[in-house]
Amino acid sequence: MLIGKPPDIPSSEFTPKRAYEAFINRRRFLRGAAATGAVALGADRIASVFDPHARVLADTTKLQTVSSPLTTTGEQLTSLEDITHYNNYYEFGVNKGDPAKNAHALPTLPWSVKIEGKVAKPLTFDIDSLLKLRPLEDRVYRHRCVEAWSLVVPWIGYSLSELIKECQPLSSAKFVQFLSYYNRGVEGAWAYQTDIAWPYSEGLRMDEAMNPLAMLTFGLYGQTLPNQDGAPVRVVLPWKYGFKSAKSIVKIRFVEKMPHTTWNDEAPNEYGFYSNVNPNVDHPRWSQKTERRIGLPFYEQRRTTLMFNGYGDQVAYLYKGMDLRKNF
Amino acid sequence: MHRRTLLTLKTLTWLACLTPLLWLLWGAFTNDLGPDPTHTITFATGRTTLRLIMLTLAITPLRRLWPKLSWLIKFRRLLGLFAFFYASLHMLTWVALYNGFSPASMAADIVKRRFVTAGMTAYLLLVPLAATSTNWAIRKMGGKRWNRLHKLIYVTAVCAIIHYWWGVKPGVLTPIGMTAILTLLFLARPALAWKQKRKARAVTV
Ligand code: HEM
Repeated sequence: MLIGKPPDIPSSEFTPKRAYEAFINRRRFLRGAAATGAVALGADRIASVFDPHARVLADTTKLQTVSSPLTTTGEQLTSLEDITHYNNYYEFGVNKGDPAKNAHALPTLPWSVKIEGKVAKPLTFDIDSLLKLRPLEDRVYRHRCVEAWSLVVPWIGYSLSELIKECQPLSSAKFVQFLSYYNRGVEGAWAYQTDIAWPYSEGLRMDEAMNPLAMLTFGLYGQTLPNQDGAPVRVVLPWKYGFKSAKSIVKIRFVEKMPHTTWNDEAPNEYGFYSNVNPNVDHPRWSQKTERRIGLPFYEQRRTTLMFNGYGDQVAYLYKGMDLRKNF
Repeated sequence: MHRRTLLTLKTLTWLACLTPLLWLLWGAFTNDLGPDPTHTITFATGRTTLRLIMLTLAITPLRRLWPKLSWLIKFRRLLGLFAFFYASLHMLTWVALYNGFSPASMAADIVKRRFVTAGMTAYLLLVPLAATSTNWAIRKMGGKRWNRLHKLIYVTAVCAIIHYWWGVKPGVLTPIGMTAILTLLFLARPALAWKQKRKARAVTV
């Protein structure tokens, strides 16, 4: 396509200060200005009065992190503002801005993740023990939504394989299933803008789950995850369409057969089990050859989509010999 | 109705119809069209078109229901033309922002994607209606033929609703409101006609 752009726009290193400046400067400058003034007074709480968006951060806490060789370089980060106000989290509404407004209802403390199925150790982890299981790494990943838009997010977490090793799956465990939080009393009417049978279910083949890029994620931009981004713990699978990266996980099941997955239940011809980012296989309703980068002006958004979202070197081996047109 | 009142109402209608455009222009200039401006522009123009089509369709039933409102007819052409205007903008976003003006890409989109096919049908059917919206065209065609041609707006509305349903993810129910409104508008015509007939009979008896 004509206005496709190479994805790797060189940019200087990410520092929290720069990110914060981008957050304040770029857009919605009036609101930003109110927040800056208030922060200058040293009062985050005051800021949240002037700037409802500051509330998103008010509820998160800082995380200690280490750097990671698995981070993606050469990408300009999407602003925190956009990462937290352009979300698909259908339990909290179907419009992109809904989760930012509604997800505060999600009770993230206490939180535990139950491990079930074909494992030697069917443990239950509370969120603190998960946070302490391994050092938390800073990893920038590209995030490509099946709806043909994309972000670049500085996630925090460690490889999912580290947790899996702790649970000691049996050899009969061929797939991993993730189940997201759902409570009729909490999400209520928001979750009924679709006919999805909650809870949200996603899954991976065991070898996919063991790939080091697959990340158990607790935070972004230096802080714990805002609720709308899947607090307090989610998976992030940067070579797959975003909906594979289940949010707010409460159960991880090790199973023998391919688990059912929510969007595949809704429309098997549109959302395959694998759903690897693949510019050569179009979605029935739009082309996947290009994508819109979030946060850029409309005339600069379009860029070409890369096979496996640019992570082919790390993951292509998983699909050797498979027809990716059939196994989309 | 007084000339002055009519003029004021027309001005207000113009302003109301221009608001979505002004909002988009303001957003474009201040770089404040939300995280995904392409999406914002497409959705705003698409939704505005659909609303204007519904308003255009609502005028006749409203006039029948409340004969006092028969002056509403003076606004129908304006609403219809604005619907066409926003539909054109909506189409242009698809041409420019989705397909980068590439004819091959557009052709592939129309053939492959039924939601685009439905949208295109809705749009193409609006073209002859906009083209024959002048007084001159009405006179030239004669009221009856003109009326028959302009019944196409119903087909446009149905295609637009189909376009909407096929455009959202399966299982997403957001188009339900507009579908209900269109259904109501469709039912209103025969219902009102029936009522009128009964009244006429009551008078003659
Ligand atoms: C009378 C004509 C039309 C009407 C009333 C209309 C209306 C709409 C509406 C209501 C939406 C969905 C917004 C939402 O989900 O909230 C939409 C989306 C869209 N329409 Fe149209 N449309 C029309 C014609 C067209 C035409 C001719 C094209 C292109 C050839 C087109 C391309 C699109 C595209 C690309 C989307 C976005 C889909 C997505 O990203 O999910 N539309 N339209």
